[in-house]
Amino acid sequence: MLSILQSVWKMMLHAFRERVTVQYPDEKPVLAPRYRGRIILSRDPDGLERCVACYLCAAACPVDCIALQADETVDGRRYPSFFRINFSRCIFCGYCEEACPTYAIQLTPDYEMSEYKRPSLVYEKKDLLISGTGKYPGYWYYKVAGAAVKGKDKGDGLEEEPPVDVRSLMP
Amino acid sequence: MAKILIENREYEVEDGQNLLQACLSHGFNIPYFCWHPAMHSAGACRQCAVKVFKDENDTRGRIVMSCVMPVAKGMRVSIDDPEAKAFRENVIEWLMSNHPHDCPVCDEGGECHLQDMTQMTGHVYRRFRFKKRTYKNQYLGPLVNHEMNRCIQCYRCVRFYRGYAGGRDLDAFASRNRVYFGRSEDGVLESPFSGNLVEVCPTGVFTDKTLKSHFARKWDLQTAPSVCVHCGVGCNIIPGERYGELRRVSNRYNGEVNGYFLCDRGRFGYEFVNSPQRVKEALLKTADGVQEVSKEEALRLASHMIGMGGKVMAVGSPRATVETNFALRTLAGAENFYSGFSRHEARLASLIVEVMEKGPARSPSLKEVRSADAVLVLGEDVTNTAPILALALRQAAKNGPLKTAMKLGIPFWDDMAIKTATQGKKGPFYAAAPYATDDDDAAVKTFHGPPVEIARFAAAIARELNPSLPIVDGHSEETASLAREVAQALLEAERPLVVSGTGSGSEAVIQAAANVAWALCARGKKAGLTMVMPECDSLGAALIDSKGLDEAFAAAAEGEFDTLVIAENDIFRRMETEDAENFLASFSHVIVIDHVINDTVKAAHITLPGASFAESTGTLINFEGRAQKFFQVFVSAGAQQASWRWLKDMMDSTGLKLQKWESLDDVTSDAAAVIPAFEKITRAAPKHGFRIAGQKIPRQTHRRSGRTAVEADKTVYESKPTEDEDTPFSFSMEGFQGQPPSPLIARFWAPGWNSVQSVTKYQEYAGGPLRGGDPGLRLIEPKVAGAPFFKAVPISFKARKYGWLLVPMPRLFGSEELSVFSPPLASLQAKPFIGIAEEDAERLEVEEGDEIAVRANGKSFGLPAIFVPGLTRGVAAVPLLPGMAMLTLPAWGVLTRAKRRAA
Ligand code: SF4
Ligand code: SF4
Ligand code: SF4
Ligand code: SF4
Ligand code: FES
Repeated sequence: MLSILQSVWKMMLHAFRERVTVQYPDEKPVLAPRYRGRIILSRDPDGLERCVACYLCAAACPVDCIALQADETVDGRRYPSFFRINFSRCIFCGYCEEACPTYAIQLTPDYEMSEYKRPSLVYEKKDLLISGTGKYPGYWYYKVAGAAVKGKDKGDGLEEEPPVDVRSLMP
Repeated sequence: MAKILIENREYEVEDGQNLLQACLSHGFNIPYFCWHPAMHSAGACRQCAVKVFKDENDTRGRIVMSCVMPVAKGMRVSIDDPEAKAFRENVIEWLMSNHPHDCPVCDEGGECHLQDMTQMTGHVYRRFRFKKRTYKNQYLGPLVNHEMNRCIQCYRCVRFYRGYAGGRDLDAFASRNRVYFGRSEDGVLESPFSGNLVEVCPTGVFTDKTLKSHFARKWDLQTAPSVCVHCGVGCNIIPGERYGELRRVSNRYNGEVNGYFLCDRGRFGYEFVNSPQRVKEALLKTADGVQEVSKEEALRLASHMIGMGGKVMAVGSPRATVETNFALRTLAGAENFYSGFSRHEARLASLIVEVMEKGPARSPSLKEVRSADAVLVLGEDVTNTAPILALALRQAAKNGPLKTAMKLGIPFWDDMAIKTATQGKKGPFYAAAPYATDDDDAAVKTFHGPPVEIARFAAAIARELNPSLPIVDGHSEETASLAREVAQALLEAERPLVVSGTGSGSEAVIQAAANVAWALCARGKKAGLTMVMPECDSLGAALIDSKGLDEAFAAAAEGEFDTLVIAENDIFRRMETEDAENFLASFSHVIVIDHVINDTVKAAHITLPGASFAESTGTLINFEGRAQKFFQVFVSAGAQQASWRWLKDMMDSTGLKLQKWESLDDVTSDAAAVIPAFEKITRAAPKHGFRIAGQKIPRQTHRRSGRTAVEADKTVYESKPTEDEDTPFSFSMEGFQGQPPSPLIARFWAPGWNSVQSVTKYQEYAGGPLRGGDPGLRLIEPKVAGAPFFKAVPISFKARKYGWLLVPMPRLFGSEELSVFSPPLASLQAKPFIGIAEEDAERLEVEEGDEIAVRANGKSFGLPAIFVPGLTRGVAAVPLLPGMAMLTLPAWGVLTRAKRRAA
């Protein structure tokens, strides 16, 4: 008898506790920037595409839901001529972001991606590419890479000597 | 065999081997850069350090470079010794101090030996905080890309390019930590073997530019073992496909054939598969032009034509598989089947078959060619007709000096010491050709003259070897003494080799070459005789049938035939245009199966889209007589299927000649049963039912990406992989991922070894044959009792007052039918010209570059004159390039100055 009363009392106390249930969608939870939601492709600080189409995200993806094709602009920059993520397969593990050497692919705290049809979950580059740098504002791959692109010739990168003069031995 | 201790366990190693090779052969991993199994040790990179102990009591040991350390009996070696490990890690760290942060944009990534070796040493963290050295890149042509920042100064590139392949325009420049590898100025790499830099260079300095234009990583490429179709050598290749497009061709090691290398025609010719000139759908020619029809409709019409009861003639091709030619033969009957050679080709081919089948000289594998110690080339411009054979001959030319150096106690693998000792000396390599060829610089002495003179020169050599052969008179003292010298050199050699073939277009040369080899055999020498044939299945086609198209023409003119079926043959390349047109016109129906649009396809009533080598499976026979099977790499989007399958479908639906052919193996077996020369052919590779632990062999790597995304724009339901009834391979990543038997190796990869250097893991010992023997099966072995010598000696060449002897001049780029459809190779093709001797310029009153009117075989065309060194006066060289009328050469013609030069 006593224990029953104890339980009733405890339950009654719960009525005055702070609420944890969120009234979604009227109310939205605040998620950390590290939350692994919808994937985006970001841009370099100069606004050009960050992705250099190295295929590492595609290789890291455990469900193989990333497909792309590398190409090169006349400026010498590598870029994906198409970039596709099949979100109906993605498990939001974040491996792609970890593998990405240029911080191009990033997972974001957006999780509102439900669709009525599976094909609508197939995102192409136009759906993925955002206009900013995302979570990593300063990083600029071509500044630290050895490859030359328009606007950054050999020797112009960070921590680079000017190109070797191969005729230095000539009289 | 010597016993040595590695990590205190006993291993048997070959005497005199270097320690690195010995350890790799036993499966140990030692990082290395400059050592290469075909080019041996240079001791340049200092990466291969191990610790060697004097004896049981030695606890300190000393660090040595294993690649330049000969093994000695009882030697005690430690690879895992902490000091040795630290040493190796430091070396990598130094190499890496200047290495760019390029992997993501580097085409080598994922198959980079530097990445692999860095991982292997355990160097993972960069401590060097100072500036990196940089270099400017060079434009090296449409085939090879240059990114010098990535160089680790291992010197492999120049050792290959200059030392191994005899190139001259790539070198090391500057000094100390600023050494630069490139050309003296921007420009197309001249060597026909430049593409090998891509695989020889352990980093991303040299990469495949054609791959770059449609880049995919190695792990994404769908691959299968294949055979190059661009000449008669039959090099083994690994074509790689992604998204339905062929992306690149890389080398497939076969110790008996190409070894580690391919020529540029073979490596970059593959782009024809992606060409817009491909026949993708069935085509029907009607009164309103050509229209695409469905596969079923085309098959119905074709079967109707065949099934109407009229007689059928079938024309095969020296570039089609054994199975396709055999299916044609089955369709039309042996008497109505022609292999598709021109009249001239047919004569040469049947002569070569006769020489190979009846003679006592063995046609050596390329491995045997590489070990020949005296070589005589007769009439063949080998670099341009069988490039990898030329590369093998260059190695043979080094064997003489190598022997001398080894007598000084220098091991064969000590490349630098050998080079110092031999000082670029050449061994007994003699080359005779109508003009100065690219092989000449490797030869000690050369002979230049028109084909008949080459034949006479060879006859003089044969006479030196065998006094029962006819005397050749009228030779100058110089030629006679050269003949004596050559005969002497061949006699002194242990493994002499004579090389000739169809290149000079002369039967007399082939006969004379056979005589020389046979005379050597009669003197008790194990002489080799290599007969170069131009196409990937020339010998295979000749073994089925060697009637020429002229005979087909004659038979058709009798007027009894109704339908003509041609597979993979552009007869306009092999017949005079009018003849070809008349020939085709004598049939009511012409059915053509081919994969590229050519003049024959344009003339066909029905064209069926054939599968290229990458889209089909089949057997080819190279000029050695080696049957090699290539396997389908990918399924194309169009209606293409293997030519033999079209033929089977046609036969099936007519109901006339129902074939119980379920898979390719049934066709191969039937061919083996019907044609005696092919008796053993089915053993060239395992059959389609072959499984390992019940599993197929996957064409895709275990780390292929994008499976659930590639087709997602069309459907989110992943489709079932295509079934493959013809091979033990699957079009998926599932299956047995370990090492298959050697003919079924679809790619080289081993844990920790992502680059091509992983080949070592597939070999019996590092640099040796693949486990279980190198692939391919020899069909022709020499007869012990020799054939009688050819007795005729041609009369000597006399320059004519008005006529000119036109000799063929095969070109690396342009002479082969399919590779001309590869845009990068087409861009390297020479413009048509006519080659004349400089001394003849006066006679023609021309200067170099002036247009000359050439008339021969009833045709005439205007061509600019180019001086070709080595040509005899009165002889002109005709480069075999597309757009130039296909002539039967050598032939007499008339050359005149076309226009008077503007004063
Ligand atoms: S989050 Fe994971 S499953 Fe999704 S694309 Fe990235 S790697 Fe693939
Ligand atoms: S050469 Fe190798 S290590 Fe260097 S950037 Fe290229 S892939 Fe990376
Ligand atoms: S270019 Fe390549 S092969 Fe040549 S030295 Fe540099 S790393 Fe070695
Ligand atoms: S030598 Fe011939 S078979 Fe070998 S790669 Fe070159 S073209 Fe192909
Ligand atoms: S591999 Fe031994 S020093 Fe380079």
